[in-house]
Amino acid sequence: MIVFRMGLAAVTALALAMSMSAMPSAMAKDWTKLVIATEGAFPPYNMTTPDGKLVGFEIDMAHDLCARMKVECTIVAQDWDGIIPGLNAGKYDAIIAGMSITPKRREVIDFSVPYVSSPATFEVPKSMADLPMLGERINLDDKAASDAAIAKLGSALKGKIVGAQVSTIQADFLKTYLSKDIELRTYPSNAEQDLDLAAGRIDMAFASSSYLVSAFAKPGGEKMKMSGPFVTGGMMGAGSGVGLRKADTDLKDKFDAAIKASYADGTMSKLTVQWFKIDVAVKY
Amino acid sequence: MDLAFLGETLLRLASAIPTTLELAFVSVSIGLALALLLALLRASSVIGAACVRAYVFVFRGSPLLVQIFLIYYGLGQFDAVRESFLWPFLRRPWWCAILALALNTAAYGSEIIRGGLAAVPAGSIEAGRVAGMSRFTLYRRIVLPLALRQALPAYGSEIIIMVKSTSLASIITITELTGTARQIVSDSFRAIEVFVCAGLIYLAINFVLTRAVLLLERTLTPHARGVPR
Repeated sequence: MIVFRMGLAAVTALALAMSMSAMPSAMAKDWTKLVIATEGAFPPYNMTTPDGKLVGFEIDMAHDLCARMKVECTIVAQDWDGIIPGLNAGKYDAIIAGMSITPKRREVIDFSVPYVSSPATFEVPKSMADLPMLGERINLDDKAASDAAIAKLGSALKGKIVGAQVSTIQADFLKTYLSKDIELRTYPSNAEQDLDLAAGRIDMAFASSSYLVSAFAKPGGEKMKMSGPFVTGGMMGAGSGVGLRKADTDLKDKFDAAIKASYADGTMSKLTVQWFKIDVAVKY
Repeated sequence: MDLAFLGETLLRLASAIPTTLELAFVSVSIGLALALLLALLRASSVIGAACVRAYVFVFRGSPLLVQIFLIYYGLGQFDAVRESFLWPFLRRPWWCAILALALNTAAYGSEIIRGGLAAVPAGSIEAGRVAGMSRFTLYRRIVLPLALRQALPAYGSEIIIMVKSTSLASIITITELTGTARQIVSDSFRAIEVFVCAGLIYLAINFVLTRAVLLLERTLTPHARGVPR
Protein backbone atom coordinates (compact mmCIF):
# COMPACT_ATOMS: atom_id res chain seq x y z
CA MET A 1 0.00 0.00 0.00
CA ILE A 2 2.84 2.34 0.93
CA VAL A 3 4.58 1.50 -2.32
CA PHE A 4 1.37 2.30 -4.19
CA ARG A 5 1.05 5.67 -2.42
CA MET A 6 4.64 6.57 -3.19
CA GLY A 7 4.12 5.62 -6.78
CA LEU A 8 1.05 7.83 -6.90
CA ALA A 9 2.94 10.74 -5.35
CA ALA A 10 5.71 10.31 -7.91
CA VAL A 11 3.21 10.30 -10.75
CA THR A 12 1.51 13.41 -9.39
CA ALA A 13 4.83 15.20 -8.99
CA LEU A 14 5.80 14.23 -12.52
CA ALA A 15 2.47 15.43 -13.91
CA LEU A 16 2.89 18.69 -12.02
CA ALA A 17 6.40 19.17 -13.34
CA MET A 18 5.23 18.48 -16.87
CA SER A 19 2.36 20.95 -16.63
CA MET A 20 4.77 23.54 -15.23
CA SER A 21 7.14 23.12 -18.14
CA ALA A 22 4.20 23.41 -20.54
CA MET A 23 3.48 26.84 -19.09
CA PRO A 24 6.09 29.20 -20.52
CA SER A 25 5.41 31.94 -18.00
CA ALA A 26 6.00 29.78 -14.97
CA MET A 27 9.58 28.90 -15.85
CA ALA A 28 12.81 30.80 -15.52
CA LYS A 29 12.90 33.35 -18.30
CA ASP A 30 15.95 32.99 -20.45
CA TRP A 31 13.73 33.53 -23.52
CA THR A 32 15.45 31.24 -25.97
CA LYS A 33 12.10 30.21 -27.32
CA LEU A 34 9.10 32.45 -27.85
CA VAL A 35 5.52 31.75 -28.91
CA ILE A 36 3.91 34.72 -30.66
CA ALA A 37 0.18 34.98 -31.37
CA THR A 38 -1.27 36.78 -34.37
CA GLU A 39 -4.80 36.95 -35.74
CA GLY A 40 -4.15 35.75 -39.28
CA ALA A 41 -7.11 37.72 -40.63
CA PHE A 42 -6.00 41.35 -40.75
CA PRO A 43 -4.27 41.98 -44.06
CA PRO A 44 -1.73 43.25 -44.75
CA TYR A 45 -0.60 43.09 -41.11
CA ASN A 46 -1.19 39.36 -40.81
CA MET A 47 -3.18 36.92 -42.92
CA THR A 48 -3.55 33.27 -43.70
CA THR A 49 -2.81 31.89 -47.18
CA PRO A 50 -5.20 29.33 -48.68
CA ASP A 51 -2.79 26.57 -47.69
CA GLY A 52 -2.83 27.72 -44.08
CA LYS A 53 0.46 29.61 -43.83
CA LEU A 54 0.68 32.86 -41.89
CA VAL A 55 2.08 35.75 -43.93
CA GLY A 56 2.03 39.53 -43.81
CA PHE A 57 3.92 42.57 -42.59
CA GLU A 58 3.92 41.48 -38.97
CA ILE A 59 5.07 37.95 -39.78
CA ASP A 60 8.12 39.36 -41.60
CA MET A 61 8.64 41.89 -38.83
CA ALA A 62 8.37 39.24 -36.10
CA HIS A 63 11.02 37.11 -37.79
CA ASP A 64 13.27 40.15 -38.07
CA LEU A 65 12.76 41.11 -34.40
CA CYS A 66 13.31 37.52 -33.26
CA ALA A 67 16.58 37.36 -35.17
CA ARG A 68 17.67 40.61 -33.48
CA MET A 69 16.70 39.25 -30.04
CA LYS A 70 18.41 35.93 -30.88
CA VAL A 71 15.35 33.87 -29.92
CA GLU A 72 13.62 31.05 -31.72
CA CYS A 73 10.06 32.11 -32.51
CA THR A 74 6.92 30.15 -33.29
CA ILE A 75 3.99 32.15 -34.63
CA VAL A 76 0.49 30.83 -33.96
CA ALA A 77 -2.92 32.04 -35.09
CA GLN A 78 -5.46 33.03 -32.44
CA ASP A 79 -8.95 34.52 -32.86
CA TRP A 80 -8.99 38.23 -32.13
CA ASP A 81 -11.64 38.27 -29.41
CA GLY A 82 -9.69 35.86 -27.20
CA ILE A 83 -6.20 37.10 -27.94
CA ILE A 84 -5.62 39.11 -24.72
CA PRO A 85 -7.09 36.53 -22.30
CA GLY A 86 -4.94 33.90 -24.08
CA LEU A 87 -1.77 35.90 -23.42
CA ASN A 88 -2.53 36.27 -19.73
CA ALA A 89 -3.44 32.57 -19.55
CA GLY A 90 0.09 31.74 -20.74
CA LYS A 91 -0.86 30.16 -24.06
CA TYR A 92 1.75 32.33 -25.78
CA ASP A 93 4.27 35.00 -24.79
CA ALA A 94 3.57 37.93 -27.11
CA ILE A 95 0.84 39.36 -29.33
CA ILE A 96 1.84 40.83 -32.69
CA ALA A 97 -1.52 41.43 -34.33
CA GLY A 98 -1.86 45.08 -35.33
CA MET A 99 -2.91 45.79 -31.76
CA SER A 100 -3.10 49.47 -30.89
CA ILE A 101 -1.65 50.56 -27.59
CA THR A 102 -4.57 51.95 -25.58
CA PRO A 103 -5.06 52.90 -21.92
CA LYS A 104 -7.79 50.26 -21.55
CA ARG A 105 -5.58 47.43 -22.81
CA ARG A 106 -2.71 48.72 -20.66
CA GLU A 107 -4.80 47.89 -17.59
CA VAL A 108 -4.45 44.17 -18.34
CA ILE A 109 -1.31 43.78 -20.44
CA ASP A 110 1.88 45.65 -21.22
CA PHE A 111 3.12 46.83 -24.61
CA SER A 112 6.43 47.34 -26.34
CA VAL A 113 7.08 50.71 -27.92
CA PRO A 114 4.88 51.15 -31.03
CA TYR A 115 6.19 50.00 -34.41
CA VAL A 116 3.59 51.35 -36.86
CA SER A 117 0.83 53.92 -36.64
CA SER A 118 -2.09 54.47 -38.98
CA PRO A 119 -5.26 56.50 -38.30
CA ALA A 120 -8.79 55.07 -38.44
CA THR A 121 -11.31 56.22 -41.02
CA PHE A 122 -14.61 55.29 -42.67
CA GLU A 123 -15.08 52.86 -45.55
CA VAL A 124 -18.12 53.49 -47.76
CA PRO A 125 -19.33 52.28 -51.18
CA LYS A 126 -18.08 54.51 -54.02
CA SER A 127 -21.69 55.27 -54.96
CA MET A 128 -22.24 57.03 -51.63
CA ALA A 129 -21.77 60.80 -51.21
CA ASP A 130 -18.67 61.74 -49.24
CA LEU A 131 -18.95 62.19 -45.50
CA PRO A 132 -18.07 65.62 -44.10
CA MET A 133 -14.48 66.47 -43.12
CA LEU A 134 -13.05 64.30 -45.88
CA GLY A 135 -9.33 63.80 -45.26
CA GLU A 136 -9.28 66.07 -42.20
CA ARG A 137 -7.87 64.84 -38.90
CA ILE A 138 -9.76 64.57 -35.62
CA ASN A 139 -7.25 64.41 -32.77
CA LEU A 140 -8.99 63.16 -29.64
CA ASP A 141 -6.23 64.64 -27.46
CA ASP A 142 -7.54 68.10 -28.40
CA LYS A 143 -10.89 67.85 -26.60
CA ALA A 144 -12.48 71.15 -27.62
CA ALA A 145 -11.81 70.77 -31.33
CA SER A 146 -12.59 67.05 -31.44
CA ASP A 147 -15.90 67.45 -29.57
CA ALA A 148 -17.10 69.96 -32.17
CA ALA A 149 -15.92 67.78 -35.05
CA ILE A 150 -17.56 64.65 -33.60
CA ALA A 151 -20.85 66.51 -33.10
CA LYS A 152 -20.75 67.47 -36.78
CA LEU A 153 -19.88 63.88 -37.75
CA GLY A 154 -22.68 62.54 -35.54
CA SER A 155 -25.36 64.62 -37.24
CA ALA A 156 -24.11 63.49 -40.68
CA LEU A 157 -24.26 59.82 -39.60
CA LYS A 158 -27.67 60.00 -37.92
CA GLY A 159 -29.54 56.69 -38.28
CA LYS A 160 -26.74 54.97 -40.21
CA ILE A 161 -25.63 51.40 -39.53
CA VAL A 162 -21.86 51.31 -38.98
CA GLY A 163 -19.76 48.14 -38.73
CA ALA A 164 -16.47 47.56 -36.91
CA GLN A 165 -14.43 44.63 -35.66
CA VAL A 166 -15.33 43.63 -32.11
CA SER A 167 -12.97 44.67 -29.32
CA THR A 168 -11.02 47.19 -31.39
CA ILE A 169 -10.26 50.88 -30.88
CA GLN A 170 -12.57 51.54 -33.83
CA ALA A 171 -15.55 49.79 -32.19
CA ASP A 172 -14.73 51.54 -28.91
CA PHE A 173 -14.65 54.93 -30.60
CA LEU A 174 -18.06 54.38 -32.22
CA LYS A 175 -19.53 53.14 -28.95
CA THR A 176 -18.13 56.01 -26.90
CA TYR A 177 -18.67 58.96 -29.23
CA LEU A 178 -21.41 58.08 -31.71
CA SER A 179 -23.71 55.54 -30.05
CA LYS A 180 -26.62 58.03 -29.87
CA ASP A 181 -26.49 58.64 -33.61
CA ILE A 182 -25.62 55.30 -35.20
CA GLU A 183 -26.49 51.62 -34.94
CA LEU A 184 -23.24 49.76 -34.26
CA ARG A 185 -22.69 46.21 -35.57
CA THR A 186 -19.56 44.39 -34.43
CA TYR A 187 -17.89 41.56 -36.34
CA PRO A 188 -15.43 38.82 -35.30
CA SER A 189 -13.07 39.91 -38.11
CA ASN A 190 -12.79 42.65 -40.74
CA ALA A 191 -13.52 40.18 -43.56
CA GLU A 192 -17.10 39.60 -42.36
CA GLN A 193 -17.64 43.32 -41.94
CA ASP A 194 -16.54 43.90 -45.56
CA LEU A 195 -18.93 41.20 -46.82
CA ASP A 196 -21.83 42.94 -45.07
CA LEU A 197 -20.76 46.31 -46.43
CA ALA A 198 -20.67 44.86 -49.96
CA ALA A 199 -24.11 43.28 -49.40
CA GLY A 200 -25.51 46.61 -48.17
CA ARG A 201 -26.42 45.36 -44.70
CA ILE A 202 -24.36 48.14 -43.18
CA ASP A 203 -23.98 51.66 -44.56
CA MET A 204 -20.29 51.99 -43.76
CA ALA A 205 -17.43 50.50 -41.81
CA PHE A 206 -14.88 52.16 -39.54
CA ALA A 207 -11.41 50.65 -39.71
CA SER A 208 -7.69 51.28 -39.75
CA SER A 209 -6.70 53.13 -42.93
CA SER A 210 -3.74 50.81 -43.52
CA TYR A 211 -6.11 47.85 -43.47
CA LEU A 212 -8.44 49.62 -45.92
CA VAL A 213 -5.63 50.20 -48.43
CA SER A 214 -5.15 46.44 -48.67
CA ALA A 215 -8.89 45.69 -48.60
CA PHE A 216 -9.39 47.93 -51.64
CA ALA A 217 -6.80 45.91 -53.56
CA LYS A 218 -8.82 42.71 -53.14
CA PRO A 219 -11.70 41.56 -55.41
CA GLY A 220 -14.80 43.60 -54.53
CA GLY A 221 -12.68 46.22 -52.81
CA GLU A 222 -12.60 48.41 -55.93
CA LYS A 223 -16.23 49.35 -55.22
CA MET A 224 -15.26 50.92 -51.89
CA LYS A 225 -13.52 54.13 -50.88
CA MET A 226 -12.30 55.94 -47.77
CA SER A 227 -14.48 58.77 -46.57
CA GLY A 228 -14.79 61.25 -43.73
CA PRO A 229 -12.09 62.28 -41.23
CA PHE A 230 -9.04 60.38 -39.96
CA VAL A 231 -9.34 59.82 -36.20
CA THR A 232 -6.22 59.74 -34.00
CA GLY A 233 -5.09 60.32 -30.41
CA GLY A 234 -6.81 59.66 -27.08
CA MET A 235 -8.51 56.26 -26.93
CA MET A 236 -7.36 55.55 -30.50
CA GLY A 237 -3.97 54.81 -28.98
CA ALA A 238 -0.40 55.51 -29.92
CA GLY A 239 0.14 53.06 -32.76
CA SER A 240 0.49 49.28 -32.79
CA GLY A 241 2.79 47.59 -30.30
CA VAL A 242 3.74 44.08 -29.22
CA GLY A 243 1.36 42.92 -26.48
CA LEU A 244 3.14 41.36 -23.49
CA ARG A 245 2.32 40.10 -20.02
CA LYS A 246 2.92 42.76 -17.35
CA ALA A 247 5.33 40.50 -15.47
CA ASP A 248 7.65 40.03 -18.46
CA THR A 249 9.47 43.37 -18.24
CA ASP A 250 12.72 41.78 -19.47
CA LEU A 251 10.96 40.64 -22.64
CA LYS A 252 9.56 44.15 -23.14
CA ASP A 253 13.10 45.57 -22.95
CA LYS A 254 14.24 43.10 -25.60
CA PHE A 255 11.36 43.97 -27.95
CA ASP A 256 11.83 47.73 -27.41
CA ALA A 257 15.50 47.48 -28.29
CA ALA A 258 14.81 45.28 -31.34
CA ILE A 259 12.07 47.60 -32.68
CA LYS A 260 14.28 50.67 -32.31
CA ALA A 261 17.21 48.85 -33.94
CA SER A 262 14.96 47.76 -36.80
CA TYR A 263 13.88 51.35 -37.34
CA ALA A 264 17.44 52.64 -37.05
CA ASP A 265 18.80 50.46 -39.87
CA GLY A 266 15.78 51.09 -42.10
CA THR A 267 14.35 47.55 -42.00
CA MET A 268 11.06 48.62 -40.42
CA SER A 269 10.36 51.33 -43.00
CA LYS A 270 11.33 48.98 -45.84
CA LEU A 271 8.90 46.33 -44.58
CA THR A 272 6.04 48.83 -44.21
CA VAL A 273 6.59 50.13 -47.74
CA GLN A 274 6.65 46.54 -49.01
CA TRP A 275 3.32 45.65 -47.37
CA PHE A 276 1.44 48.97 -47.00
CA LYS A 277 2.84 50.84 -50.04
CA ILE A 278 3.54 53.77 -47.68
CA ASP A 279 5.97 54.25 -44.79
CA VAL A 280 3.88 53.98 -41.61
CA ALA A 281 6.78 53.07 -39.31
CA VAL A 282 6.91 54.97 -36.01
CA LYS A 283 9.94 57.28 -35.98
CA TYR A 284 12.62 57.05 -33.27
CA MET B 1 -13.60 36.76 -6.69
CA ASP B 2 -14.90 40.16 -7.66
CA LEU B 3 -18.55 40.17 -6.64
CA ALA B 4 -19.25 43.67 -7.93
CA PHE B 5 -18.02 42.64 -11.40
CA LEU B 6 -20.09 39.42 -11.31
CA GLY B 7 -23.20 41.37 -10.35
CA GLU B 8 -22.64 43.93 -13.08
CA THR B 9 -21.99 41.16 -15.63
CA LEU B 10 -25.14 39.26 -14.65
CA LEU B 11 -27.14 42.47 -14.98
CA ARG B 12 -25.76 43.23 -18.44
CA LEU B 13 -26.29 39.62 -19.53
CA ALA B 14 -29.85 39.67 -18.17
CA SER B 15 -30.67 42.48 -20.58
CA ALA B 16 -29.88 40.07 -23.44
CA ILE B 17 -32.14 37.26 -22.18
CA PRO B 18 -35.23 38.59 -24.05
CA THR B 19 -33.36 38.42 -27.39
CA THR B 20 -32.27 34.84 -26.74
CA LEU B 21 -35.78 33.78 -25.68
CA GLU B 22 -37.31 35.60 -28.65
CA LEU B 23 -34.97 33.85 -31.10
CA ALA B 24 -35.70 30.47 -29.53
CA PHE B 25 -39.46 30.98 -29.27
CA VAL B 26 -40.03 32.35 -32.79
CA SER B 27 -37.77 29.80 -34.49
CA VAL B 28 -39.21 26.85 -32.54
CA SER B 29 -42.78 27.99 -33.35
CA ILE B 30 -42.09 28.35 -37.07
CA GLY B 31 -39.99 25.17 -36.98
CA LEU B 32 -42.74 23.16 -35.30
CA ALA B 33 -45.36 24.23 -37.85
CA LEU B 34 -42.95 23.37 -40.64
CA ALA B 35 -42.07 20.04 -38.99
CA LEU B 36 -45.76 19.07 -38.82
CA LEU B 37 -46.19 19.92 -42.50
CA LEU B 38 -43.08 17.93 -43.40
CA ALA B 39 -44.19 14.92 -41.35
CA LEU B 40 -47.64 14.94 -43.00
CA LEU B 41 -46.07 15.42 -46.44
CA ARG B 42 -43.80 12.48 -45.74
CA ALA B 43 -46.80 10.28 -44.96
CA SER B 44 -48.79 11.54 -47.95
CA SER B 45 -47.01 10.37 -51.12
CA VAL B 46 -43.85 8.78 -52.47
CA ILE B 47 -42.61 11.99 -54.09
CA GLY B 48 -43.45 13.98 -50.97
CA ALA B 49 -41.56 11.48 -48.84
CA ALA B 50 -38.50 11.69 -51.10
CA CYS B 51 -38.48 15.50 -50.93
CA VAL B 52 -38.78 15.48 -47.15
CA ARG B 53 -36.03 12.88 -46.84
CA ALA B 54 -33.73 15.06 -48.95
CA TYR B 55 -34.57 18.14 -46.87
CA VAL B 56 -33.93 16.32 -43.60
CA PHE B 57 -30.68 14.89 -44.95
CA VAL B 58 -29.35 18.33 -45.88
CA PHE B 59 -30.39 20.21 -42.74
CA ARG B 60 -29.60 17.44 -40.28
CA GLY B 61 -26.40 16.46 -42.01
CA SER B 62 -24.68 19.86 -42.10
CA PRO B 63 -23.66 22.02 -39.12
CA LEU B 64 -26.06 24.76 -38.06
CA LEU B 65 -23.10 27.16 -38.00
CA VAL B 66 -22.49 26.51 -41.70
CA GLN B 67 -26.20 26.97 -42.45
CA ILE B 68 -26.20 30.33 -40.66
CA PHE B 69 -23.09 31.43 -42.58
CA LEU B 70 -24.60 30.33 -45.90
CA ILE B 71 -27.90 32.09 -45.30
CA TYR B 72 -26.34 35.26 -43.88
CA TYR B 73 -23.14 35.78 -45.87
CA GLY B 74 -23.87 33.42 -48.76
CA LEU B 75 -27.27 34.70 -49.95
CA GLY B 76 -26.22 38.34 -49.51
CA GLN B 77 -23.56 37.97 -52.20
CA PHE B 78 -26.05 37.48 -55.03
CA ASP B 79 -27.41 40.60 -56.71
CA ALA B 80 -30.61 38.69 -57.55
CA VAL B 81 -31.25 38.11 -53.85
CA ARG B 82 -30.36 41.69 -52.95
CA GLU B 83 -32.83 43.05 -55.50
CA SER B 84 -35.63 40.62 -54.63
CA PHE B 85 -38.61 41.23 -52.35
CA LEU B 86 -36.92 38.98 -49.75
CA TRP B 87 -34.04 41.38 -49.15
CA PRO B 88 -35.79 43.55 -46.53
CA PHE B 89 -35.95 40.36 -44.44
CA LEU B 90 -32.62 38.81 -45.38
CA ARG B 91 -30.88 42.15 -44.85
CA ARG B 92 -31.64 41.92 -41.13
CA PRO B 93 -29.36 39.58 -39.17
CA TRP B 94 -32.32 38.71 -36.93
CA TRP B 95 -34.41 37.21 -39.73
CA CYS B 96 -31.44 35.31 -41.14
CA ALA B 97 -30.91 33.73 -37.74
CA ILE B 98 -34.61 32.89 -37.40
CA LEU B 99 -34.63 31.36 -40.89
CA ALA B 100 -31.58 29.17 -40.25
CA LEU B 101 -32.74 28.08 -36.79
CA ALA B 102 -36.31 27.34 -37.95
CA LEU B 103 -35.24 25.37 -41.05
CA ASN B 104 -32.81 23.39 -38.93
CA THR B 105 -35.21 22.53 -36.12
CA ALA B 106 -37.92 21.67 -38.67
CA ALA B 107 -35.70 18.88 -39.99
CA TYR B 108 -35.13 17.40 -36.53
CA GLY B 109 -38.73 18.04 -35.50
CA SER B 110 -40.19 16.24 -38.52
CA GLU B 111 -38.14 13.15 -37.66
CA ILE B 112 -39.30 13.28 -34.05
CA ILE B 113 -42.93 13.59 -35.14
CA ARG B 114 -42.46 10.76 -37.64
CA GLY B 115 -41.20 8.61 -34.77
CA GLY B 116 -44.22 9.60 -32.71
CA LEU B 117 -46.62 8.77 -35.55
CA ALA B 118 -44.95 5.42 -36.16
CA ALA B 119 -45.33 4.56 -32.49
CA VAL B 120 -49.14 4.90 -32.54
CA PRO B 121 -50.40 1.31 -32.07
CA ALA B 122 -52.17 -0.07 -35.14
CA GLY B 123 -54.88 -1.40 -32.82
CA SER B 124 -55.86 2.11 -31.70
CA ILE B 125 -56.24 3.23 -35.30
CA GLU B 126 -58.29 0.18 -36.18
CA ALA B 127 -60.49 0.72 -33.14
CA GLY B 128 -61.10 4.31 -34.31
CA ARG B 129 -62.01 3.11 -37.78
CA VAL B 130 -64.37 0.49 -36.38
CA ALA B 131 -66.06 3.21 -34.36
CA GLY B 132 -66.75 4.96 -37.68
CA MET B 133 -64.41 7.93 -37.33
CA SER B 134 -63.55 9.96 -40.40
CA ARG B 135 -59.87 10.33 -41.32
CA PHE B 136 -59.79 13.84 -39.85
CA THR B 137 -61.49 12.83 -36.59
CA LEU B 138 -59.23 9.81 -36.34
CA TYR B 139 -56.17 12.04 -36.58
CA ARG B 140 -57.56 14.65 -34.22
CA ARG B 141 -58.74 12.29 -31.50
CA ILE B 142 -56.52 9.22 -31.74
CA VAL B 143 -53.36 9.55 -33.83
CA LEU B 144 -52.11 13.07 -33.03
CA PRO B 145 -52.66 12.96 -29.23
CA LEU B 146 -50.90 9.59 -29.01
CA ALA B 147 -48.12 10.67 -31.38
CA LEU B 148 -47.61 13.94 -29.47
CA ARG B 149 -47.30 12.08 -26.20
CA GLN B 150 -44.74 9.70 -27.67
CA ALA B 151 -42.77 12.49 -29.28
CA LEU B 152 -42.77 14.90 -26.36
CA PRO B 153 -39.65 13.70 -24.47
CA ALA B 154 -37.55 13.85 -27.64
CA TYR B 155 -39.08 17.16 -28.67
CA GLY B 156 -38.35 18.60 -25.23
CA SER B 157 -34.68 17.87 -25.84
CA GLU B 158 -34.93 19.54 -29.23
CA ILE B 159 -36.32 22.73 -27.67
CA ILE B 160 -33.45 22.78 -25.18
CA ILE B 161 -30.95 22.28 -27.99
CA MET B 162 -32.56 25.19 -29.83
CA VAL B 163 -32.19 27.51 -26.83
CA LYS B 164 -28.49 26.68 -26.80
CA SER B 165 -28.24 26.97 -30.60
CA THR B 166 -29.38 30.60 -30.47
CA SER B 167 -25.86 31.32 -29.19
CA LEU B 168 -24.64 30.80 -32.78
CA ALA B 169 -26.60 33.90 -33.79
CA SER B 170 -23.90 35.91 -32.04
CA ILE B 171 -21.55 35.36 -34.99
CA ILE B 172 -23.84 37.29 -37.31
CA THR B 173 -23.74 40.43 -35.14
CA ILE B 174 -26.81 39.64 -33.01
CA THR B 175 -26.18 40.61 -29.41
CA GLU B 176 -28.07 37.85 -27.68
CA LEU B 177 -26.73 36.22 -24.51
CA THR B 178 -23.50 34.82 -25.95
CA GLY B 179 -22.90 37.87 -28.15
CA THR B 180 -23.27 40.12 -25.13
CA ALA B 181 -20.96 37.86 -23.13
CA ARG B 182 -18.31 38.13 -25.84
CA GLN B 183 -18.63 41.90 -25.84
CA ILE B 184 -18.20 42.03 -22.08
CA VAL B 185 -15.12 39.79 -22.39
CA SER B 186 -13.71 42.10 -25.02
CA ASP B 187 -14.28 45.09 -22.73
CA SER B 188 -12.98 43.49 -19.56
CA PHE B 189 -10.66 40.72 -20.86
CA ARG B 190 -12.09 38.44 -18.14
CA ALA B 191 -13.28 35.35 -19.96
CA ILE B 192 -13.93 32.90 -17.12
CA GLU B 193 -16.26 34.98 -14.96
CA VAL B 194 -18.32 36.21 -17.90
CA PHE B 195 -18.80 32.83 -19.58
CA VAL B 196 -19.60 31.16 -16.25
CA CYS B 197 -22.36 33.75 -15.75
CA ALA B 198 -23.65 33.18 -19.30
CA GLY B 199 -23.59 29.41 -18.75
CA LEU B 200 -25.56 29.79 -15.53
CA ILE B 201 -28.24 31.82 -17.30
CA TYR B 202 -28.60 29.15 -20.02
CA LEU B 203 -28.84 26.51 -17.27
CA ALA B 204 -31.57 28.48 -15.51
CA ILE B 205 -33.58 28.93 -18.72
CA ASN B 206 -33.29 25.25 -19.57
CA PHE B 207 -34.14 24.22 -16.00
CA VAL B 208 -37.47 26.02 -16.32
CA LEU B 209 -37.99 24.50 -19.79
CA THR B 210 -37.34 20.91 -18.69
CA ARG B 211 -39.78 21.37 -15.79
CA ALA B 212 -42.42 22.73 -18.17
CA VAL B 213 -42.00 19.82 -20.60
CA LEU B 214 -42.16 17.36 -17.70
CA LEU B 215 -45.36 18.97 -16.47
CA LEU B 216 -46.88 18.74 -19.94
CA GLU B 217 -45.82 15.10 -20.16
CA ARG B 218 -47.56 14.33 -16.88
CA THR B 219 -50.71 16.14 -17.98
CA LEU B 220 -50.82 14.10 -21.18
CA THR B 221 -50.33 10.76 -19.43
CA PRO B 222 -52.98 10.71 -16.71
CA HIS B 223 -53.03 6.90 -16.69
CA ALA B 224 -49.41 6.78 -15.53
CA ARG B 225 -50.40 8.53 -12.30
CA GLY B 226 -53.00 5.94 -11.38
CA VAL B 227 -56.76 6.14 -11.76
CA PRO B 228 -58.52 8.40 -9.29
CA ARG B 229 -61.08 6.49 -7.24
